[in-house]
Amino acid sequence: MTREEKIAAARSQAWREALRKSMKAKDRTDLPRVRMNELDAEYRSHNREEVNQGLTAEQAVQEARRCLDCANPTCMTGCPVEISIPSFVKNIERGEFLEAAKVLKETSSLPAVCGRVCPQEKQCESQCFYVQKLGKPAVAIGYLERFAADYERESGQTILPEQAPKNGIKVAVVGSGPAGLSFAGDMAKYGYDVTVFEALHEIGGVLKYGIPEFRLPNAIVDCEIDNLRRMGVSFEKDIIIGKTLSLDDLKAQGFQGIFVASGAGLPNFMNIPGENLINIMSSNEYLTRVNLMDAANPESDTPVPFGKRVAVIGGGNTAMDSVRTARRLGAERAMIVYRRSEEEMPARLEEVKHAKEEGVEFMTLHNPVEYLGDEQGRVCQMRLQKMELGEPDASGRRRPVPIEGAIETVDVDIVIVSVGVSPNPLIPNSIPDLEISRKGTIVVDDNMRSSLPIIFAGGDIVRGGATVILAMGDGRRAAAAMHEQLKK
Amino acid sequence: MNKIVSKKDFSELVVQLEVEAPLIARARKAGHFVIVKLDKLGERIPLTISAADTEKGTITLVVQRVGLTSNKLCNMQVGDEIQDLVGPLGKATHIEHFGTVVCAGGGVGVAPLLPIVQAMKQAGNRVISVLAARSKNLIILEDEIRKWSDEVIIMTDDGSYGEKGLVTAGVESIIQREKVDCCVTIGPAIMMKFVSLLTAKYNVPTVASLNTIMVDGTGMCGGCRVSVGGQTKFVCVDGPEFDAHQVDWDGMMRRMGSYKAYEKEEMKKLG
Repeated sequence: MTREEKIAAARSQAWREALRKSMKAKDRTDLPRVRMNELDAEYRSHNREEVNQGLTAEQAVQEARRCLDCANPTCMTGCPVEISIPSFVKNIERGEFLEAAKVLKETSSLPAVCGRVCPQEKQCESQCFYVQKLGKPAVAIGYLERFAADYERESGQTILPEQAPKNGIKVAVVGSGPAGLSFAGDMAKYGYDVTVFEALHEIGGVLKYGIPEFRLPNAIVDCEIDNLRRMGVSFEKDIIIGKTLSLDDLKAQGFQGIFVASGAGLPNFMNIPGENLINIMSSNEYLTRVNLMDAANPESDTPVPFGKRVAVIGGGNTAMDSVRTARRLGAERAMIVYRRSEEEMPARLEEVKHAKEEGVEFMTLHNPVEYLGDEQGRVCQMRLQKMELGEPDASGRRRPVPIEGAIETVDVDIVIVSVGVSPNPLIPNSIPDLEISRKGTIVVDDNMRSSLPIIFAGGDIVRGGATVILAMGDGRRAAAAMHEQLKK
Repeated sequence: MNKIVSKKDFSELVVQLEVEAPLIARARKAGHFVIVKLDKLGERIPLTISAADTEKGTITLVVQRVGLTSNKLCNMQVGDEIQDLVGPLGKATHIEHFGTVVCAGGGVGVAPLLPIVQAMKQAGNRVISVLAARSKNLIILEDEIRKWSDEVIIMTDDGSYGEKGLVTAGVESIIQREKVDCCVTIGPAIMMKFVSLLTAKYNVPTVASLNTIMVDGTGMCGGCRVSVGGQTKFVCVDGPEFDAHQVDWDGMMRRMGSYKAYEKEEMKKLG
């Protein structure tokens, strides 16, 4: 069956047809979009509890009614893993929440994660009929995804996806972040014997070390990882492929396919004077200390500085995660310093909104040019160049241009640099024949196949810095292509 | 996993541990390091490997009591297991036939120097080792270093063993007497800085192995960054060894003191 035929077959089931007829389209489109239940901003800015509280069953059913169950569901084209969106939404409308979760799991190994961290407003929801044709807010697909995944988990009736019989073929995954986990889930479904190798002491990659607890609780990630374990995926932590074990070692152990999803390692710095002063660090370091090492917990042996005035340089999601973390660690002034205007910010709208509600200051059109230190070498001030917007640049966004002579000096205790990352060099350096781009990413074809037939790659090691869902989409595509290659 | 199979006290402050780690033992080369994390709420710290036994599947670590984690590690006993041990990390030492190589080690830095002395000797170099410490009881691994050196010079601050004086005096005496083609130095940052200043004066190419603060050790956090030749480098993936004459030593030492105040607090946990 083609994709279109599958969609049509699902849509023509009797219950779907009856459900569509049960309510007039006009009545559906008149319903307002549901609002996410959130913790109070003042309360939450002093703890690590999850900000979004999820929808109640009543809210979810009501929101699901808004979906018109389109014959041509454009929302699906906006999803990198092509979730059968109307199918799961309509199952929620008819109250079959477990069935909805099952639909999600057909294509996504981590629905509870995606429901929380995907930029739906730029993906599925941006393609929704409501946005495209009605000029109204999209169906809250992300909230509904989270609802179904959470409902299943909390019900204790988690059903594993159907798996093909074991074929005995061993495949290895390098890195246990979203790309690796998504690949592992799909290969387990195809019947492969999957081993995931992780360099750190925790499984989950950026979902653990990067995304904070208040946005994605570790317990949710662990639950999804446990599901993969139950499907037979094995995880080996504290092993660095290219260091502890070489490519040849993996081949000798009988692995017939290797998926490299080692992530974006190296944090970028701006190379401006004073950037190596004490208490200036990358967002990777700050978030790793707080999230992975639990450094804010007095029982943890890992230290992290607590500052009253914290500046985060950058305007992406990682910058928002960092500044909101700083606020929770007691910063009285938590500042975003971003060289463009708010309109160009790459962060999700929800993150910006939450940050503002939590008292984060936004210093847009400011760019640091120098840091000044005290007599002990700790940063104490930053010099900011004020900017204005000029003509659009290569990214299509208006280029920030310095306003001559407009320099501002601001007192700071901690500076967190969040201006992007470069690919981790460990794998590219350890496999000499692998084709690497000038930027240091692994070069792959449309099927995520590298220049070496045994190696596929995906996620940030290929993209150089993207989102959880794009990484998962890569994992899924690589799994399909590797399966095609190995079943021959 | 990662079981301690033997332990030897070199002094009150320095302990040698032999740890089960067959994969690392097989893969490691001179210059590599590992990251250890002792328990659930433990921190990750880097330690350079001083030896490995591929048949027994063990690596040897020499640890000096400095902060909380190194003290905890020194207190561990044979049979105890290190929760997490990962490696080998960093780039291996560049070994070739240079001619005459001076290997200058200070204090516990002699431990990671040992595999380099051995590899330099095996590559056909004339190796002169200079071992330095505050006093005689802090000179470690002398016999092992002697085994792979053409000559060994011992320097102690108090003159209790060998010559009285700093490591630099030992190195300078060699340079003044014969042509030195390469110098490798490992020890406290301040010692490496002065060795570097000295060899720069005589135009002797010098490599230093840096031991900065790290979290992941795999290039992710950037906490280990140091300015080398005016460029920011990451010790964990670009190093740990660098051209000593290009290292911004003062900047590096400043950053190594980032958590001094916290360390004092943390040490209270030892009771």
